[in-house]
Amino acid sequence: MKVLVWAEHEQGALKDATLSAVTAAAGLGAVDVLVAGDSAGSVGAQAAQIAGVEKVLVAGDAAYAHGLPENVAPLVVALMAGYDAFVAPATTTGKNIAPRVAALLDVAQISEILSVEGPKTFTRPIYAGNAIATVESSDAKLVITVRGTAFAKAAREGGSAAVETVAGTGEAGLSSFVGAEIAQSERPELTSAKVIVSGGRALKDSETFAATILPLADKLKAAVGASRAAVDAGYVSNDHQVGQTGKIVAPEVYIAVGISGAIQHLAGMKDSKTIIAINKDEDAPIFQIADIGLVADLYSAVPDLVARV
Amino acid sequence: MKILVPVKRVLDYNVKPRVKADGSGVDLANVKMSINPFDEIAVEEAVRLKEKGIASEVVVVSIGGAKSSETLRSALAMGADRAIHVLSESEVEPLAVAKILKGVAGEEAPDLVILGKQAIDDDSNQVGQMLAALIGRPQGTFASKVEVEGDAVLVTREVDGGLETVKLALPAVVTTDLRLNEPRYASLPNIMKAKSKPLSTKAPADYGVDTAARLTVLKVVEPAVRQAGVKVPDVEALVEKLKELGVA
Ligand SMILES: Cc1cc2nc3c(=O)[nH]c(=O)nc-3n(C[C@H](O)[C@H](O)[C@H](O)COP(=O)(O)OP(=O)(O)OC[C@H]3O[C@@H](n4cnc5c(N)ncnc54)[C@H](O)[C@@H]3O)c2cc1C
Ligand SMILES: Nc1ncnc2c1ncn2[C@@H]1O[C@H](COP(=O)(O)O)[C@@H](O)[C@H]1O
Repeated sequence: MKVLVWAEHEQGALKDATLSAVTAAAGLGAVDVLVAGDSAGSVGAQAAQIAGVEKVLVAGDAAYAHGLPENVAPLVVALMAGYDAFVAPATTTGKNIAPRVAALLDVAQISEILSVEGPKTFTRPIYAGNAIATVESSDAKLVITVRGTAFAKAAREGGSAAVETVAGTGEAGLSSFVGAEIAQSERPELTSAKVIVSGGRALKDSETFAATILPLADKLKAAVGASRAAVDAGYVSNDHQVGQTGKIVAPEVYIAVGISGAIQHLAGMKDSKTIIAINKDEDAPIFQIADIGLVADLYSAVPDLVARV
Repeated sequence: MKILVPVKRVLDYNVKPRVKADGSGVDLANVKMSINPFDEIAVEEAVRLKEKGIASEVVVVSIGGAKSSETLRSALAMGADRAIHVLSESEVEPLAVAKILKGVAGEEAPDLVILGKQAIDDDSNQVGQMLAALIGRPQGTFASKVEVEGDAVLVTREVDGGLETVKLALPAVVTTDLRLNEPRYASLPNIMKAKSKPLSTKAPADYGVDTAARLTVLKVVEPAVRQAGVKVPDVEALVEKLKELGVA
């Protein structure tokens, strides 16, 4: 089987999500990687180093600069003539593009796979991960998105793939990029951090969230996450949301502070290796899955913790 | 402008899903069902655009079993004008849903289709993007802000890194994220009024769509359960644990 993997990159750097997608794709067959963008060349060179990649296709065109699906999908569809499967990471970019490709190819998409069970058989979470379905495709071609936390990252070095330039399909003339507010942070990225400190509704407002959660995150060199309640209330920006409909994380240590543990939140973090919860309500559902629980008022416990670590 | 809003009837988000003992799926017998939360946000956005005088009509559509008409009535009670129920007692996959919606869009010619970003049962996150592809129109997914400007719509999108704004030529497809708005509660008079709003019933075949499944569900199982661990008495004990874990 020949598999085309969508490379996710930002500001000239290949993102980790691509590496998990490569691992998933390698479970299906021979892996080629597509790098599309305006400065795709340097990313193409990085992709060629990934262990296990046979060929890198580089489509350098301003039309692909912001991953607009109206422009990108026709490119992928044209390339899919030579492939049996299209695999994208289940990032907001992958989720935006892959279904558009699937519909144009007239195939069902299999979203957020957790494992490859056979050439056309996969497991995937449904109902916020409260059930795991094993599904088999009957389509001639496959379109798949990959949950990053479920697959090891392919090595960034060790490969020596051929790099080939492919012609673009240009602007579809349907959409344009206006601007972005991308959070700049010195902290580790949520989806690849080893330690995450997450805050919930209990953090009151953005000042209190910052004054309470950030010092702990700094001490532990952790990424910062949040519940939906904390994001909705404006304590932190949307990119911090962990959960069914936010980011899926699986760090070594996840510390939930003032988070009750709704199923939608658990869906995003319950595969963390060690879960620690600090909550003043001893009956909070988060304690049913926490490895280590501390029943305490966070406003005394967290500063005390910061002072001691 | 006319707005089309597809809504799905799903297991209520407050209900804990139970996997059936025979591994065939999730038990939906005698449990509370509701409008998919993201679709409620989509209806709210469409109704607000109507209240602002930007939209002239809001049409809601649902593909599903007989009881999906209740979901449509709840959308009508929020302020939608008219409903279309595409009756199908068997499960319809996202691709077939998108094909049916293409058929509906062909008849209704909406300027804007607003969908939820994902149905919280299948967690597919596909239909909006697929519909946009099938009708050859642009898509603004995961919207936290929607502004109509002449013959275009500006959509602010919630992306992994933060926010991004795109400009789409109308007609366009938008999918909602959680922060787009807070849906209203329908008032009792509006619930009464909704009962007499027009609701037409169709079949997938009316749109020439074959709803045969492309994916076979071989089995559905519960995920591995995590055991509750230990409670530590105080911060000092927690620090010890963090040291054991090598993070402090
Ligand atoms: C469609 C849909 C999608 C959703 N997606 C997500 C998602 O992706 N991610 C997500 O997180 N949620 C999501 N939710 C929301 C989810 O259902 C919960 O509402 C949310 O997770 C609750 O956030 P919370 O735990 O911060 O707040 P709450 O449930 O209000 O919990 C606050 C906790 O803080 C504790 N507390 C209060 N004061 C203190 C104190 N001084 N010290 C210590 N503890 C204290 C309380 O005991 C309580 O347990 C979604 C909901 C819907 C309907
Ligand atoms: N059966 C359905 N009837 C009407 N709308 C649907 C149906 N299934 C999905 N949708 C719409 O498509 C969105 C995304 O669904 P999904 O791709 O299944 O996650 C939902 O939020 C709805 O707006």
